[in-house]
Amino acid sequence: DRSNLAGVQHIVLVLSGKGGVGKSTISTELALSLRHSGKKVGILDVDLCGPSIPRMFRVQDNDVHQCDSGWVPVFVDQDKSISLMSIGFLLEKPDDAVVWRGPKKNALIKQFVADVAWGDLDFLIVDTPPGTSDEHISTVEALRPYKPLGAILVTTPQAVSVGDVRRELTFCKKTGLRVLGIVENMSGFVCPHCSECTNIFSKGGGEELAKHAGVPFLGCVPLDPQLSQSLEEGRDFIQEFPKSSAFPALAHIAQQVLDASSQQSS
Amino acid sequence: MAEAAGGPLPEECPGPRSAQAGRAAACQGCPNQRLCAAGPAAPASAEAAEVRERLRAMRRAVLVLSGKGGVGKSTFSALLARGLAAGGAAQYVEENLGVMSVGFLLSSPDDAVIWRGPKKNGAEQAFSTTIYVPGRLSILSLWLIKQFLRDVDWGEIDYLIVDTPPGTSDEHLAIVQYLGAMRIAGAVIVTTPQEVSLQDVRKEISFCRKVKLPIIGVVENMSGFVCPKCQNCNTLIFTLSQNESQIFPPTTGGAEKMCQNLNVSLLGKVPLDPRIGKSCDSGQSFLAEAPDSAATSSYRSIIQRIQEYCDQHHLQEEKII
Repeated sequence: DRSNLAGVQHIVLVLSGKGGVGKSTISTELALSLRHSGKKVGILDVDLCGPSIPRMFRVQDNDVHQCDSGWVPVFVDQDKSISLMSIGFLLEKPDDAVVWRGPKKNALIKQFVADVAWGDLDFLIVDTPPGTSDEHISTVEALRPYKPLGAILVTTPQAVSVGDVRRELTFCKKTGLRVLGIVENMSGFVCPHCSECTNIFSKGGGEELAKHAGVPFLGCVPLDPQLSQSLEEGRDFIQEFPKSSAFPALAHIAQQVLDASSQQSS
Repeated sequence: MAEAAGGPLPEECPGPRSAQAGRAAACQGCPNQRLCAAGPAAPASAEAAEVRERLRAMRRAVLVLSGKGGVGKSTFSALLARGLAAGGAAQYVEENLGVMSVGFLLSSPDDAVIWRGPKKNGAEQAFSTTIYVPGRLSILSLWLIKQFLRDVDWGEIDYLIVDTPPGTSDEHLAIVQYLGAMRIAGAVIVTTPQEVSLQDVRKEISFCRKVKLPIIGVVENMSGFVCPKCQNCNTLIFTLSQNESQIFPPTTGGAEKMCQNLNVSLLGKVPLDPRIGKSCDSGQSFLAEAPDSAATSSYRSIIQRIQEYCDQHHLQEEKII
């Protein structure tokens, strides 16, 4: 029995100790950037309480179907270059809360990891919920046999966020997960009216943490209303807004992931 | 529709707290069946009595919830507590305020709390010391719930503000069960304006209704931003709304529309202000540090509405008694 992950070249986890810092955003934009470099990408959304990924690709109303090898992931367009799996697709009523206890959540994650017929992918990006919990342990353990490339840790610049991400770094160390680097998201906002830059959520905390912890710093992504709008509407920000303020940073993050992956392959 | 990990799909699941928990037809084969059938992580009557004793002077518990992470629950909890402690006075009153958080119990800032469900809710071995917390108001961070409720010497408090992690999980169930025996005024739900947040927040509202937790109202945080340079120009020439940026755009009508649709109260909208994050990072009170900010006025008005709700609730209860 060929494992469903046998055709996946590189697995990247997107983590954060803190909620709302942009894990799903970074997962989405990384997938879109990699697609633009000609790669086939899958996203596995293991956030069971707050599955954001389907909406970010405008496929929140899609159903999932089964085939002989398991579940068929949802393709975002005819191209079939990006495929998704999320509990969001299993919820008939999207406003229903998923209030499951630990064992069922863990079982579902194991199933998501093992039973989705991804086929051949260059990259599988795993978007996680915030924190260090059951879901994270289950995810890392289920993925361990497939030797993930590593984890990207997302933070916002201010101390309260960085404080939680330090703990996430500990989690990575304890579980033997390589840290590809830290992204400092929501780092500065340039006012479209007067071009003044304001550090709404402070500045520099992510970069400092990377230095302190001895892990790569992948870059600062500024606040960009066009990015927020694209995510709301499920649009391809990388394709449609290459001149927008967040674009260079997002493209740079994708390039560093590509570089790391070519080192793993060789 | 595809089968999800043996056992019921979300809409067929009777829920871990229902009378049918673990016993419904749909529960067959579910990994949680035995756990649910054994009964929820409800406090034993002795434990519940201990919690009631500890918190006997507490007038009101207010839970601060959100389906979504990073919307400002902790920020809001802290400011709500400070606002209530100051009793309307402009300055921040330290001796009225006590805080309990797992953060105090970790020996290093790098320590991660990596426990699986059951241990989080009843970690008997881990923290058994009684910790004295001065003050009449307290903020509780939602870890080690039983320990924090039972083993912290809360003393005489008027309000217990419970800051929670995002989502709808074991911790949320536990806190509602433990405090259910007490006087919960209700929940304040925090969101940001965009649909990506609202879609999670609607789940939280549905959770509150399922567990019969009254909803005091919704706060829309990070609602608009006027940069400081524009603000200076604005005071001279333009009106504020002209140079406002919607960094987190309310593409589906924001909290206002959601509240209308779901028949909950909108307590207020708080704009972004870089001084909020700075105050949080330095442990200062934003309300005291930036009394002139539009965000401060919003916070104060929201806190007042919460206080009025709690007072009214308290009065109604007294009448019944």
